[in-house]
Amino acid sequence: MTAALEIKNLNKNFGALPVARDIALALPKGARHALIGPNGAGKTTLVNLITGVLRPSAGQILLDGDDITALAQAARTRRGIARTFQINQLFRGLTVLENVYLAVAERMRASHRLWRPAGAEREVVDEALGQLEALRLADDALRPVRELPYGRQRLVEIAIALAQRPRILLLDEPAAGVPSSESHLILDAVGALDPDIAILIIEHDMEVVFRFASRITVLVAGAVLTEGPPQEIRADERVRAVYLGQEFRHG
Amino acid sequence: MAASDVTAAVGLDARDRARAFLATRHRFGIFEALPWVLAVAAFFVFPDRMAFGSQVLLMVLFALSLDLILGFAGIVSLGHAAFFGLGAYTAALLTLRGGWEEPISGLIVAAAVAAVAGAASGWILLRYRGLTLLVLTLATTIMLQELGNLWRDVTGGYDGLPGLTFTPLLGHFDYDLYGHVNYLYALAVLFVLFMAVRTIVYSPFGQTLAGIRENVARMHAIGSPVHLRLVTVYTIAAAIAGVAGALFTQTNQYVTLGVFDFDNSAGVLVMLILGGAGRLYGAFIGAVIYMVLQDYLSKVSPQYWQFAVGLLLVLTVMFARRGLLGLAEDAMKLFARGKRP
Repeated sequence: MTAALEIKNLNKNFGALPVARDIALALPKGARHALIGPNGAGKTTLVNLITGVLRPSAGQILLDGDDITALAQAARTRRGIARTFQINQLFRGLTVLENVYLAVAERMRASHRLWRPAGAEREVVDEALGQLEALRLADDALRPVRELPYGRQRLVEIAIALAQRPRILLLDEPAAGVPSSESHLILDAVGALDPDIAILIIEHDMEVVFRFASRITVLVAGAVLTEGPPQEIRADERVRAVYLGQEFRHG
Repeated sequence: MAASDVTAAVGLDARDRARAFLATRHRFGIFEALPWVLAVAAFFVFPDRMAFGSQVLLMVLFALSLDLILGFAGIVSLGHAAFFGLGAYTAALLTLRGGWEEPISGLIVAAAVAAVAGAASGWILLRYRGLTLLVLTLATTIMLQELGNLWRDVTGGYDGLPGLTFTPLLGHFDYDLYGHVNYLYALAVLFVLFMAVRTIVYSPFGQTLAGIRENVARMHAIGSPVHLRLVTVYTIAAAIAGVAGALFTQTNQYVTLGVFDFDNSAGVLVMLILGGAGRLYGAFIGAVIYMVLQDYLSKVSPQYWQFAVGLLLVLTVMFARRGLLGLAEDAMKLFARGKRP
């Protein structure tokens, strides 16, 4: 069976600095895959390469076996790749509903329409509201997103990505910056995601990683150090050395 | 059981309110009649100022076209006069060189010419943003003006093309000395195009413009063809600016290369900032205040009237960042809060 997403020998250089070196990764349908590594390992760069924000210097990205390496970001999105951002990328002046509406309207190809009111697109509004309800955001639908507490803003970040109905979802530290009292909201939402979606999650909290992921890739200095199931990674001496042991003791 | 019923009801309520918000926000409010009532009233109150009045109305239209790209899509331009000028010269050359004197079809051709220019220049320039875009739009307009100067035989250069003639409006209403017909003509054109812009702003397309203004990176991430959307709105705005320019030519019966002046691009930007960008009616308030101040102060103090406009602009950006209309909205909110028991 071909993987939903497959990365082959991916390389990226910023000038003389290699930030991705021969990265290989395969996500089957419904994968729960974690990407870990110290700061500056190139984790977000890899997300940018997969989504098309950056073009690789060499290598291939395959979606259901089709080469998408040359496709622009918008085209990859239409094929079912969605992401969230480590630092919120929201439409801050707009309401929560409008934030999600935009993503739904783009997917349903309603957003080029000029001559009817946005609210007349019933299907788009229904879907957007359904998405908000699924993440328990419906009560805040009409609030400007910038007025929300940070934890709930992180949920909107995920709601926008889910509104794209992705088959591949890349979560870049979904709980980053969220106070620990609220982080369970995010993690519950992530845990309850559609089992058919292939998910790649970047996360620093090892407890979350070991609970959520069935496979883990360790990235160091732009290259894959090792990949395997959680118990194998947990026991790996090299991984311990990279993390200086500190975060691993919690796990 | 009872508790969960209550939560469900609250959820449903929120959903209904959200649906109602999107379904009703484009409906006309009572205050929206105000500028139109005032515009019609001005016709009866200042019958001898209608020539000036029609200039105010066409500047409102020009400012409205800038609002569409600046206020809604967040495109900063210092060269919007390019499209105003192209429309103005299209209307002039149609009658002078083409012998086409019918005014309404002249507006349509002017809109088409400006739209083509908007689409072509937008396709190239809108790959850039911010300061780069500002300089590029400015330079493009200066180049157009110089091109007009080079082809002095056709454009009349800075001396302009005076004494243009047009057939009576709708074949019936001839232009009077006081500009009464011109005023109503400009008002009718403004009304039609204003309603078109208003419809666009509240459409799904208008929503994506707000998305691009608020966070272009996320728009790319949700698969929006951002460049295409920007070029589309830029083209529409160019067409409307072209109509404003054609109205300028038709109501004044002359045109000079001054329509491409930096003053014209900057003036319309100042009007919009004064009135409040991104709120449709800001174009009204800004253009009216700017034009009336200019008209009045330039009589009182021909040398220093710009100082007063400058001072007003400084005060606006310092104390009323959302323009005079934003200030009025805040005042009304305060008033409404005070009224509540």
